[in-house]
Amino acid sequence: MRLRSDRFQTGWIVAAAVLFVLLWQAIVIVGNFRPFVLPPPGSVGARFVQAWTDGTMERHVPTTLSEIVLGFGAGAALGVIVGYVLARSRFAERLLSPYIVAAQATPVLAIAPLLALWFGTGLLSKVIICSLIVFFPIAVATMVGIRSVDADLLEMCRAFRARPAQVLSKVEIPGALPSILGGFRVGVTLAVIGAIVGEWAGGEQGLGVLINLARGSLFDTPLLFATLATIALIGVALYAAIALLERRLVGARG
Amino acid sequence: MITSFTIATERHEPSEPPRSVAGVEVRGLDFSYGPARTGEVPRPVLAGVSLSLEPGELVALVGPNGCGKSTLLRLVAGLLRPAAGSIAIGDRPVDGPDPRVGLVFQAPRLLPWRSVLDNVAFPLELAGWARSARYERARELLLLVGMNGSEGERPHQLSGGMRQRAAIARALVLEPSVLLLDEPFSALDALTRDRLNLELQDLWRVTGSSTLLVTHSIPEAVFLADRVLVMSPRPGRIVAEVPIRLPRPRALDQLDAAIVSESAAAVRMHLEAEVAA
Ligand SMILES: Nc1ncnc2c1ncn2[C@@H]1O[C@H](COP(=O)(O)OP(=O)(O)OP(=O)(O)O)[C@@H](O)[C@H]1O
Ligand SMILES: [Mg+2]
Repeated sequence: MRLRSDRFQTGWIVAAAVLFVLLWQAIVIVGNFRPFVLPPPGSVGARFVQAWTDGTMERHVPTTLSEIVLGFGAGAALGVIVGYVLARSRFAERLLSPYIVAAQATPVLAIAPLLALWFGTGLLSKVIICSLIVFFPIAVATMVGIRSVDADLLEMCRAFRARPAQVLSKVEIPGALPSILGGFRVGVTLAVIGAIVGEWAGGEQGLGVLINLARGSLFDTPLLFATLATIALIGVALYAAIALLERRLVGARG
Repeated sequence: MITSFTIATERHEPSEPPRSVAGVEVRGLDFSYGPARTGEVPRPVLAGVSLSLEPGELVALVGPNGCGKSTLLRLVAGLLRPAAGSIAIGDRPVDGPDPRVGLVFQAPRLLPWRSVLDNVAFPLELAGWARSARYERARELLLLVGMNGSEGERPHQLSGGMRQRAAIARALVLEPSVLLLDEPFSALDALTRDRLNLELQDLWRVTGSSTLLVTHSIPEAVFLADRVLVMSPRPGRIVAEVPIRLPRPRALDQLDAAIVSESAAAVRMHLEAEVAA
């Protein structure tokens, strides 16, 4: 049953990709675009393979990936902690939520140069940008998830004399997990954006830097597209990893 | 520790109370839920509730909706503090969630992400029992409630009756001397309910716990209890007590006996008098 629907899904995904490439090729032919404006899929594909084999991606991908992973980890940890506090303390929610919302409403694009100025153009400033952007959706998802934990279950815990730490680890976190992981899904794609924005604001290495190089000094539009495809693939892979984690952790519930 | 639990075959033998069981003494209990945020004076829920359970006795409590039966159970379990009055189990007062009490609610309140075994073992886990010891103990309880074989299932895979059996096993896993049951079978169909009432009678005889059963079913109360207590509408008080002089073990076909219908009529009369008042 599940196997069959998986194969069915994969079929559709492949069909959509084929359709996308065909459309792209058609637009290039009909619009008669020059290659530096819109390169045909064939040359982008070739450039993609070349970039992955000649060491270009080997140089830039690990940088971006570690920014994403570290930033997401820090932002998610902070988001879960703050989300829990917001859910359980009305005072903390009143006090903190205006600032949290204001920070979220400020475009990360505008803060990035400032962070580069303060923390340099190395790993740290990008990790901070990623965690900032990841923090909000995860904090909100955690808050909603913790609040939705059945009060009857909490009373049951009290009747069996559970200590607060036990209630947290054995009931509140597992109960809020579906919601928290929903926040992770959103957060992980935002972390990708955060890393690229951070690299634009200043950096020596990374896929954001590579985009700037391809567009500027190298004037290599197919490489620009190949880099975009790589970024998108990283996003999809990380999202799939979270979805897989979700299926393993909460898939068996009724 | 508790050998009596392991001897499931002895369930139908009349047996001595297997260990020292404590009774319950409730005196002059007043309670109201804390003032709402609006600051209005709270209306009392309980006003001068007194009752006692002899060690090993099974007492049923009936009363109209909202009269404070669940609140009373929460107080006895130590989940709420009375505004006035005293609660004691044996010779020690109740002053917080009490390990001597096992509580079963109307809804089974199982953790949906845990297996039946892990749900039943949950109180032991909280109390710091080692894994193998708590599984062994939880298996004994599952055997006792007739759920051996369902260890690995999740709550959503079980029928309502099975879920409630698991909740009862969980309440008994720490060997409480007092068992409090809040309409445990009210969500079940009539046949399942009859069967579980029979099983509850056996279980009570095996464990010997002093048991307080809240129910809206007069036949259920009469069938199971040594005494039936009747509560007034809010603010709740105990207004009548009907002793049920029916030999044990009781069988379902005795439900038609004259003494049963007399007792049931007496309980109904007291209830109706209260609601009409
Ligand atoms: N947490 C609460 N806060 C405020 N009022 C409450 C709370 N819980 C119950 N009450 C009120 O207290 C009264 C007694 O409630 P309780 O649940 O004890 O009644 P009950 O006898 O168990 O009723 P039922 O037969 O419907 O289960 C009701 O009027 C109810 O509205
Ligand atoms: Mg109730």
